[in-house]
Amino acid sequence: MKDKIRIASGSGFWGDLQSIPYQQVTKGPVDYLMMDFLAEVTMSIMQKQKKRNPAAGYAKDLIQIMKEILPSIAEKNIKVVTNGGGANPMGCVEEIVKCAHKLGIKGMKIGVVTGDDILDSLDDLLKRGAGLDNMESGQKISDVKEKLISANVYFGARPIVEVLKKGAQIVITGRTTDTSLTYAPMIHEFKWSWDDWDKLAAGVIAGHILECGGQSSGGNFLGDWKSVPDLAHIGFPIAEAYLNGEFVITKHQNTGGMVSVETVSEQLMYEIGDPTSYITPECIADFTSIKLEQLEKDRVRVYGIKGKPATDLFKVSMAYNDGYTAIGNLTYSWPDALEKAKKADEILRTRLSDLGLKFEEIKTEFLGVNACHGPLAAKQNEINEVVLRIGVRSNHHHDVEAFGKEIAPLILTGPPSVTGFAGGRPKANEVIAYWPALMPKKLVHPKVEIITT
Amino acid sequence: MSKIKLIDIAHGRSGDKGDAANVGIIAYDDKGYEIIMKHLTTERVKKHFEGICLGEVERFEMPNIRALNFLLHNTLGGGGTVSLKHDAQGKTLAAALLRMEIEV
Repeated sequence: MKDKIRIASGSGFWGDLQSIPYQQVTKGPVDYLMMDFLAEVTMSIMQKQKKRNPAAGYAKDLIQIMKEILPSIAEKNIKVVTNGGGANPMGCVEEIVKCAHKLGIKGMKIGVVTGDDILDSLDDLLKRGAGLDNMESGQKISDVKEKLISANVYFGARPIVEVLKKGAQIVITGRTTDTSLTYAPMIHEFKWSWDDWDKLAAGVIAGHILECGGQSSGGNFLGDWKSVPDLAHIGFPIAEAYLNGEFVITKHQNTGGMVSVETVSEQLMYEIGDPTSYITPECIADFTSIKLEQLEKDRVRVYGIKGKPATDLFKVSMAYNDGYTAIGNLTYSWPDALEKAKKADEILRTRLSDLGLKFEEIKTEFLGVNACHGPLAAKQNEINEVVLRIGVRSNHHHDVEAFGKEIAPLILTGPPSVTGFAGGRPKANEVIAYWPALMPKKLVHPKVEIITT
Repeated sequence: MSKIKLIDIAHGRSGDKGDAANVGIIAYDDKGYEIIMKHLTTERVKKHFEGICLGEVERFEMPNIRALNFLLHNTLGGGGTVSLKHDAQGKTLAAALLRMEIEV
């Protein structure tokens, strides 16, 4: 049994820096590479892609990444754990197997975790007491059931540990929690027991620090951001985890960015609710127990973490179509930039109304003036330019498309010194509304499989 | 009495939780934490975000990292892809809270 493993973060979201995974497996020693690809509505986007093309529906970037890293991970025996399988983990694995064959890599085991997709078994699950009402608003599932485009259970570390035990070097999952990609390797390597709540919670918190990639190593840092060196070549975080549940957050030498108590603290705060109960499938982590210590440059020790027993429920992430939106932008310059933009907004609203178009919401913001901080924004006497940003939402596709046709005419029929309409007419985008819910764990079980290259 | 800017004693990060925004504020030192504990009440924060936060404000204390976490409910115009806001995920709201000036 090992007493120390190094887990590197390779991706914080679907669309993150493509060069990072290769950097993480080649610039220094690591045992595991974890890559998170799934945000709240990502599954529904992938589900739609799969509907159009049964071979699609996973993070396509992952195939290019695997091409680049397969020789290194084979040579150094680095394991890869990722939820980039999305809505089609098996389709993703088939492509990776093809890559491996092209590179002459034979006999490598790939673990596949599925069973999270419950869209087709919803009726049966509801009969068996799944519940699935909206956990935030309390709204009944029957209100949206017919409109659902995806429904996925958030599995935790158990199925990942199971395939690692079977010798998987690569683990491709559907909707597993972002944090489980980090703590499953710890449970596997350190043989932690499933009721060792403090250690499980420590693993979860390591996962929370790694799951957003560069956000804990100097990216999006609101402290002294100017002091962060060489963000162009940012090094992503690495958790050096120990058998006793302590870990050190660091990054490879000769990379940019920085790992400090401040950068790690900011990531700890990211998208959390009640810090005393961060709920995961395997335990509840207490963020108020975390202690941080700067050991040396770019090394932060994380220790003292406490956890509590898990609940009997899995979180379920569902999404449904809820109308359309479109956003139009026009730039107005000095003199009277803001006054012109306001006038254009007024003219546009009058025309939309004259056309009899109906919107649930029309929202106007003035980028450069107050879009981010609203009434808190500092008043400026004279601004050089302002972007008028106007968005609409409606259940009627026609009305939203019709709005799109009203933006460009403002250039020749509205206030002067206007530009910035190079992108063409705003298109109607489908709104994918998010429906978070809970269901009893006993109603659903992950499926695992091993494919050998 | 003197006026200080919150941005001089604290940093932070914000993000979305559905239609709620989470705003984490972290003091640089113990004295700063005392100040934010005392002055960043839920009422004060709600008032600060008038016109932006349309729901309740919840506050959670994290003395271990000298931080306060605020949940601003009904803030992101519906959240996710429903929202028409430019900052639909509330990413700039930590900076918005750090604009606050405090009498100490």
